[in-house]
Amino acid sequence: MEHLLEIRGLSIDLPRGRRQPPVKLVEGVDLNIDKKQNFGVVGESGCGKSITCSAIMGLLSYPLTVGEGSSIRFQKEAGDEVEITKLSPAELRKLRGKDISMIFQEPMTALDPMYTIEEQINETLRFHTSLSKAEMHQAALEMLQKVKIPRAEQILQDYPHHLSGGMLQRVMIAIALINNPRLLIADEPTTALDVTIQAQILDLMNELRESYDTSVIMITHDLGVIAETCEHVAVFYAGQVVEEASVEEIFHATAHPYTEGLLRSVTSLGGAKKELYTIKGMVPAAGNYGIGCRFADRCDRCMEICKTQAPALTEIAPGHKCRCWLHAGGAEKEAAV
Amino acid sequence: MRRLGQTIRDLWRDPMGRIGMVGILLLIVTAIFAPYVAPYGPEKMIAMPKTAPCAQYLFGTDNYGRDIFSRVLYGARVSLEVGIIAVGIGATAGYVLGLIAGYFEGWIDRIIMRIMDILFAFPSILLAILVSTVLGRGLVPTMVAIGIVNIPVFARTVRASVISAKGLEYVKNAESVGVKTVSILIRHISPNVVAPFTVQATLALSGAILTEASMSFLGLGIQPPDPSWGSMLSEARAFMEQAPWMAIFPALFIIVTILLFNILGDSLRDALDPKLKL
Repeated sequence: MEHLLEIRGLSIDLPRGRRQPPVKLVEGVDLNIDKKQNFGVVGESGCGKSITCSAIMGLLSYPLTVGEGSSIRFQKEAGDEVEITKLSPAELRKLRGKDISMIFQEPMTALDPMYTIEEQINETLRFHTSLSKAEMHQAALEMLQKVKIPRAEQILQDYPHHLSGGMLQRVMIAIALINNPRLLIADEPTTALDVTIQAQILDLMNELRESYDTSVIMITHDLGVIAETCEHVAVFYAGQVVEEASVEEIFHATAHPYTEGLLRSVTSLGGAKKELYTIKGMVPAAGNYGIGCRFADRCDRCMEICKTQAPALTEIAPGHKCRCWLHAGGAEKEAAV
Repeated sequence: MRRLGQTIRDLWRDPMGRIGMVGILLLIVTAIFAPYVAPYGPEKMIAMPKTAPCAQYLFGTDNYGRDIFSRVLYGARVSLEVGIIAVGIGATAGYVLGLIAGYFEGWIDRIIMRIMDILFAFPSILLAILVSTVLGRGLVPTMVAIGIVNIPVFARTVRASVISAKGLEYVKNAESVGVKTVSILIRHISPNVVAPFTVQATLALSGAILTEASMSFLGLGIQPPDPSWGSMLSEARAFMEQAPWMAIFPALFIIVTILLFNILGDSLRDALDPKLKL
């Protein structure tokens, strides 16, 4: 396996009882994450990007389940591959925090208010290493220095409410990276921070990624973050990947009308004053997608075929995939009909 | 242990907490040392029946001429013993079941909670009668019966807080770094359960004392001539007009005890809430 993580045909089901088929919150997701790659996942709230990452961690919350035929293969070490969907809870626990880590959106609530920073860093160490107490202290101290926390010795004894959001996010990064994982999933790591701190945290993550050789999956709905940090991007819409390409292609050779809409909705300081573009309509509810393209109702360039047939994810240029009839010969097909 | 010391210090700083702690401690001490504090034996008929309170018989005497003050002190033993142990049984079982049901959800949750619903559907006194029919009468069956009656309330309270705690980011974060389930339950989830659990425990204590009284009244609980506040109260019912003190004093003690537990529980909730400690 050449990639670090290979997701094939991933679907995530929400059961609706025995009589009805489950609602597919995520459907047919194929992704490849390479070693040391910075992979961006964009999409609006509820499009399935976060639960996809929960599935990678084996942390789907009840009653969600990974659908039949899904495969998530992860390379722990060269030649040592695991199929995450088939691991037992104990094996998953060994994987989490050691090989795959995660950073959450809200640093203020992601640490337990009952325990000091040191106790919470130690928790990660205790389950994955056999360090002594003194060694753990040393490791925690070094890690805090790596994420550029001043007065590290003192901060270790502090409780989360003593620290600011930016500091806490640094602590979260420290906890996530302390066991040197091969994959780091960052679920909107900067959304809850103010803009100046955002830049600092992103710089820090980039820097640490270089020195730790860690791949990062960056989940966000901020295209600025994507532009700044990622190499490859997947755009999620209504539980599917609608476009996937390198960052340059996404921004300069945008193919899918949805991605185009996202880019046009970005605010900027300069430029002429005009009303901000919005994509009309709302995301359809999961399980209520209809037979055609899921974006058809909101699309400016919707054709007849879009309403009756779902487009497939097709490669329109090397490394650039798009799920849209505009790029899959939809117009010709329609003419033929 | 450090945290326990801190909690007690926090309790002491709060005037209400101080009243609750001192009051309950006093009650427990009197209950333990009842034989030394009480002026007469609880079952000794030492004076004219239904003597009004006076210097010699502080709370008066009952229809058999027994000293009510002494009986109330001995009754504190029974009430506290039954209350604490019964709530202990119910709370422990309910805690474990609620923790499991809330954290794992799915079929195990459904099975546990349906059994709890069945227990809940029985009127508590009926369930207690059922248990004491099986186990016999007296102190221990009473405790077990009241304990079982209390399980569903605790299981539900704990389950609800576990489910809400499970959604907290730091619990997810602990899961995402591979912390063991037992450790997550004890270290990260349990602190969120403590506050509602404590409040529930104080309510359950007063409830248990009342259930014990009802059971004793029905002749299923504490057997005469052993004194319990509940049975004293029910005996007093027949003499309300002639000797109101027979009812007033046990009732007063029940009220004060319940009040003290509630005050303590309230103050404990504040002391245990990390968000209030800034």
